[in-house]
Amino acid sequence: MALEAAVVEELRRIVGRESVIDSANDLRIFERDASIEGAIPDAVVLAASTEEVARVIKVAAKHRIPVVPRGAGTGLSGGAVTIRGGIALQVTRMRRILEIDTVAQTAVVEPGVVNQELSLVAASHGLFYAPDPSSQKACTIGGNAAENSGGPHCLYYGVTTNHVLGMEVVLADGSVHWVSGDAPDRIGLDLCGVLVGSEGTLCAITKIKVRLLRIPPSVATLLAAFPTIETASHAVSAIIARGIVPAALEMMDHMTVGAVEAHYHAGYPTDAGAVLLVEVDGIAESTRELMGAIREVLEENEGYALREAQTPAERDLLWAGRKGAIGALGRIKPNYYLHDGVVPRSRLPQVLSAVGEIGEHYKLPVANVFHAGDGNLHPNILFDLRDRDVLQQVEGAGEEMLRAVVELGGALSGEHGIGLEKSAFMPWVYSPDDLDAMQRVKRVLDVDGILNPGKIFPDPTREQVHLAGRTGLAIEAKWW
Amino acid sequence: MSKPFDLLSDDDLSTCVHCGLCLDACPTFRVTGLETESPRGRLYLMTQWKRGTLAFEEEQVRHIDLCLGCRTCEAVCPSGVPYGRIIEAGRAEVERLRRPSPKRILSKVALRQLLAHPTRLRAAGAAARAAQALRLTSVVRSGRQLPKLRPQFHRPVGDVAAAIGPRKHRVAFLVGCVMPILYPQSHQAAVKLLQLAGCEVWFPPGERCCGALFAHNGDLDTAERLRDANTSTYLAGNFEALVVDSAGCGAHLKDFYPELEGKVKDITEWLAEIGLPEPKKEVKLRVTYQDACHLAHAQRIRKPPRDLIRSLPGVELIEMRHPEICCGAAGLYSTLEPQMSNRILQEKLDDLSATRADVVVSANPGCQMQLEAGLRSRGSKMTVEHITELLASAY
Repeated sequence: MALEAAVVEELRRIVGRESVIDSANDLRIFERDASIEGAIPDAVVLAASTEEVARVIKVAAKHRIPVVPRGAGTGLSGGAVTIRGGIALQVTRMRRILEIDTVAQTAVVEPGVVNQELSLVAASHGLFYAPDPSSQKACTIGGNAAENSGGPHCLYYGVTTNHVLGMEVVLADGSVHWVSGDAPDRIGLDLCGVLVGSEGTLCAITKIKVRLLRIPPSVATLLAAFPTIETASHAVSAIIARGIVPAALEMMDHMTVGAVEAHYHAGYPTDAGAVLLVEVDGIAESTRELMGAIREVLEENEGYALREAQTPAERDLLWAGRKGAIGALGRIKPNYYLHDGVVPRSRLPQVLSAVGEIGEHYKLPVANVFHAGDGNLHPNILFDLRDRDVLQQVEGAGEEMLRAVVELGGALSGEHGIGLEKSAFMPWVYSPDDLDAMQRVKRVLDVDGILNPGKIFPDPTREQVHLAGRTGLAIEAKWW
Repeated sequence: MSKPFDLLSDDDLSTCVHCGLCLDACPTFRVTGLETESPRGRLYLMTQWKRGTLAFEEEQVRHIDLCLGCRTCEAVCPSGVPYGRIIEAGRAEVERLRRPSPKRILSKVALRQLLAHPTRLRAAGAAARAAQALRLTSVVRSGRQLPKLRPQFHRPVGDVAAAIGPRKHRVAFLVGCVMPILYPQSHQAAVKLLQLAGCEVWFPPGERCCGALFAHNGDLDTAERLRDANTSTYLAGNFEALVVDSAGCGAHLKDFYPELEGKVKDITEWLAEIGLPEPKKEVKLRVTYQDACHLAHAQRIRKPPRDLIRSLPGVELIEMRHPEICCGAAGLYSTLEPQMSNRILQEKLDDLSATRADVVVSANPGCQMQLEAGLRSRGSKMTVEHITELLASAY
């Protein structure tokens, strides 16, 4: 449903004529993020400042138009998809790093700053921003804060919420607030803790104050091959059981390694059943010692072809392979559906075999590439949307995999957020009372429900229990 | 008549998994923040056109026009989307379907009438040089863009330049269309370096424009005609490598000339492979290196030029924060899309000035011209050189 002309005019007066897109054809291009969800917004509005964000939200509140904040659109759970239409509020032009305090080791950034850009700039002061989602060369800090994103190095360093000190936010009535700030202990009610990870349902984020860390003097990165994904899983448990918490501990299965190697030529062993990428950092003496202990554990657990990166370039290449893995799977099939359930580490072998069986049952290839150290799975179901009726199969397989995760004592999401894709499954892990408590917070902050409606909580009005086929992806459906 | 969008391959398009990792590598996304001006958005648009799920309208052609064709996205794409091939096909389709605009017709005619005809181009170059001497060129924008023109590059008598010292290799050298007019000094330096490295250099007679600028602007027919003519010219000679000192031409020859497969070498790639003799002079300069898009992204050559620069005694190489991002030149783009080109250029100039380098070095005439014009407009003292000039200054 298009916005009324008067509303579009009002928006244009705030952000400028060029910064409101309402042409039906152009809006089609904004219908998706990196998930398989899709829905066409009624308008895209590009804001350039906090003031503009606040004024746009005021207009939306007045007319009760949904507002969905959007960064680079690299999210994997449909968080940026305008499922109820309305305004996609794009913050990608707000990409200034406002301040880097090298003594306090903090930075204040606008929400459109790209994750990797912050670390690139901080590096000239010997600092870095720790949360490193695999999409870090494109995803924004605003999006990371909204989704409470993780990344390979979050095993040791913690996820986004552990690195956000404070935020400037715009609430659903258009009012602007700072939550938390400089103190390491968040004084009073920890509102910042509530808002980080609220997936755009409670506020739009306009500034973020983050912690920066000193770049460790020494880093060691090791690649190890394993005959099977099970043996690699046992090695993961054995490392942690030895009392070692590496900076990162990542696993890729045979299929993923093949796809990654085809693009990056990083020397991943394509014959292996699975590989582990292990990194430790700190002072040189400690990384040497830890790496020695890790090598021992890996070899005891059938690890072979151990290879330590000899140069920073080699290390970067290994990481480029890991971080580009999901995109690289496009070499096998043009579409992927990716879950990110988490299980207790000790359950990895069971859950991985369940994932494998489900894939076989549905006759769908499944590639695993994930944060093994914290039990955060990433099974990628690979498919081609041009195949008739494949979507129902994919959704069915995905749902069963999440079921297996929950039955093994796990959680629905490690870092991608609930968004649209998993909202229907929330009752699996939360009681009606739990969900009600959360929804009461939502209602207090957003009385009319204009901020990213239709996300996180099960939507009783939705016809189909889950996913796609309804909206944006009509593009492929019509093709066949 | 073929169906609309026949040239676009659905298999090529479907390699895009919509992950978005390309977005911040795209210069037009970086300055606009818009999905429609990103590689992922453009691919989604072309996919919808191809599959008939979105009607073709002029309004969206804008997004295709605004693509620089820098292919940075292609280099960062883990899924291996052949973006360069897709955008060339997309542009050719768009040219068939769109309403003709005077500016585009003019540039197409100018391209066909000038670039494809070496003698006319040389005459035009001579005229421009005369105009420059009379200070006539500063009245139009494209005139102001021109570098200070010097006497044109001439191929040696007999079309061969002998190796200095023992002959170790025989190479062909691409003289090309605009390089000998705009940057004869780069060619001279390139040939000198090749000779120093023991190459006998052959200048294929009768060679014409490689066709890159045609292919990039949706005129695949002319590009094919030029290719066929050139291929028979090259194949008539004997050479180990066809050496190219213009990244845009090199990339096009590698992608579009199947019969030359494996033989086309960028000058930096070739020199790094065969080695140069020990430098004779110290070059005391702070240098920064701008990756030419068609070298770094289309040909994936980033290390050899840097290694060559670092090998010069006295040179300090200081990297920009984003040396891999386009400067906004992109062939005819700076003429066809001056506003966007300038927005991108301004970001590049900020990045450049932060290095406080004396010289910025690149390996493509388009980048040189754009950076020179930009630095001039800011009154900067930084100079621009082709990498061959910097290298040759050590001998």
